[in-house]
Amino acid sequence: MSSLQSYLLLSALLFSIGLAGALTRRNAILVLIGIELMLNAANLNFIAFWRFGPHPANRPDALTGIMFAIFSIAVAAAEAAVGLAIILAAYRHSRTTDLDRMNHLKG
Amino acid sequence: MTAPFLILAALAVAGTAAAMGLRNGVHCVLALTVGFAALAALYLQLGAQFVGFTQIMVYVGAVAILAVFAIMMTHHPGLIEAPFSRNWLWGAVIAAAVFATLARAISLGTASAPSAPPEPSATVNQIGDALMHRYILPLEIVGLLLTAALIGAVIIAIDPKDREESE
Repeated sequence: MSSLQSYLLLSALLFSIGLAGALTRRNAILVLIGIELMLNAANLNFIAFWRFGPHPANRPDALTGIMFAIFSIAVAAAEAAVGLAIILAAYRHSRTTDLDRMNHLKG
Repeated sequence: MTAPFLILAALAVAGTAAAMGLRNGVHCVLALTVGFAALAALYLQLGAQFVGFTQIMVYVGAVAILAVFAIMMTHHPGLIEAPFSRNWLWGAVIAAAVFATLARAISLGTASAPSAPPEPSATVNQIGDALMHRYILPLEIVGLLLTAALIGAVIIAIDPKDREESE
């Protein structure tokens, strides 16, 4: 098994753990954390492909993998802030973060 | 596969699995920080120093703390709820199927991958240069996105009663 393969397998495992958490947890905050985990798995893929991909010297796009990971982290941070704010607003309305009980749009 | 990779991978998987499996929400986030830190160490091991330190600052430093605060603000003492959804079995089956599909695709698709090429260089100097020249427009757009997202988050999270009083 090559190094790239082991990194990709680890990334697939992390993605599946995040997906399982997002699908099975009842607490909305932990569902959001599961989604963050899936984004992290994608970042690991970007870095692994950047490290093990072909690298012609002095190409202007030699840093694309790094850049994609950096922008992805920035977007994930914005997503976490807005997601937690929405959960807090919904909690103030319905006094719960339990997704099985947050099943109505109108208070 | 080397010993550092195996140790860090085991830490990352154990931390994230504990984060998704523990009952107490605060314990979940603490386990999550272990997983995020192990991922940052993996980035460092791959030669991406800047991304590794960004991971520590953004995820361990900001996102995990934000999640801890959100869990503590929405916590009901004495109320013990089932941590998993009623149809958790379906979620677990879907996640296992996704992992099986991905693992099969990886083992088939990259079987002929060449051995590790020489480590590409990505110093902070080079990254800053690329951000200021080649990626200047995406950088500006991400800055705008972050500003809009943070202002929007504050407006959404603020208590409506407080908003009326301040007007």
